[in-house]
Amino acid sequence: MRRGTIGELFVTFCKIGAFTFGGGYAMIPLIRREVVEEKKWLAQEEMFDLIAIAESTPGPLAINAATFVGNRVGGVRGALAATLGVVLPSFLIILLIAGVLTRVEHFPIVQKAFQGIRAGVLVLIASALLSLFRQLPRRAFAYIVLAAAFAAACLLQADSIVLLLACALVGVVRNVYMTRREGK
Amino acid sequence: MICLQLFWEFLKIGAFTFGGGYAMLPLIRQVVLAHRWSTESRIVNFIAVSESTPGPLAVNMSTYIGAETAGVCGALSATLGVVVPSFLIILLISGSYRKFRESPVVKGAMEGLRPAVVALIATALLSVAGSVFDVGNPLSRANLSGAVIVLLASFLCYKKKHPILIIAVSAIAGMLM
Repeated sequence: MRRGTIGELFVTFCKIGAFTFGGGYAMIPLIRREVVEEKKWLAQEEMFDLIAIAESTPGPLAINAATFVGNRVGGVRGALAATLGVVLPSFLIILLIAGVLTRVEHFPIVQKAFQGIRAGVLVLIASALLSLFRQLPRRAFAYIVLAAAFAAACLLQADSIVLLLACALVGVVRNVYMTRREGK
Repeated sequence: MICLQLFWEFLKIGAFTFGGGYAMLPLIRQVVLAHRWSTESRIVNFIAVSESTPGPLAVNMSTYIGAETAGVCGALSATLGVVVPSFLIILLISGSYRKFRESPVVKGAMEGLRPAVVALIATALLSVAGSVFDVGNPLSRANLSGAVIVLLASFLCYKKKHPILIIAVSAIAGMLM
């Protein structure tokens, strides 16, 4: 590992954290440009691996990406530097904004603005929902799990984490069973 | 004490968020409302602020809720909590990630998790809609302006406009109505 790489990881991911809005998939083009084209820390193919891994591990994509690249380039210290870098800008900006907002949010004009914003955010949530729904595999199994989970969450007020664990377990049991049956 | 609680709750949220920022919403709602750290409409405000500031949505939301609940210490605890699970899991599997991805257990878990996440977001959407619209009084002024803004935002969303523009337009419309 070259000297100064840890610092470079920190600065690069600081830049990625400070200049992407919305996070997640909105970050991929910038991560690709910095990590694959500029710094050549990852090959293009590894970038695809990175996206696939981020999809099948929990947590924000940006954190997954920073930890993955940092660890690849500079081990555990690199992972720490990159992750700290990607988190720091949002952390500081939000601290600042939270302080300001608590002071102004009782003004009637701000309250009206937020009333409008909440209606707009409703659309943003619906659009995220629609895009995740469209990405589901078009199989009966996915729709059955969806309907069952929705009923459990709405009617039974089931705990979200318990519900996620139960659905994951159902998926594992089904997939392991089917893999065994194909093996025979 | 409250910082420890924030850390622990956001650790769980970080460990069970699959599918990006909005997948976190149902988990955050449940925890924040159960502990009475905030209200439904303020959670929706947080989403707008998190979308309009740089950085990952999940980190922004955690920092904001932590800061609102317990100041800088709260912000640190919540953010650290949401980051730690992904950090550790990526470190653990980075040596053998191809094997991890191809494993029937991981594939199966994802097949069960993805529809569950959609179901949870749908549930959260319903309750957020309940906080935006007053169901008891359907023809109230607030409901009508809310409906106009939803239509306007849907049009912008359909035109693939950036979320920040949608939030800005909704804010201006809210101030005018």
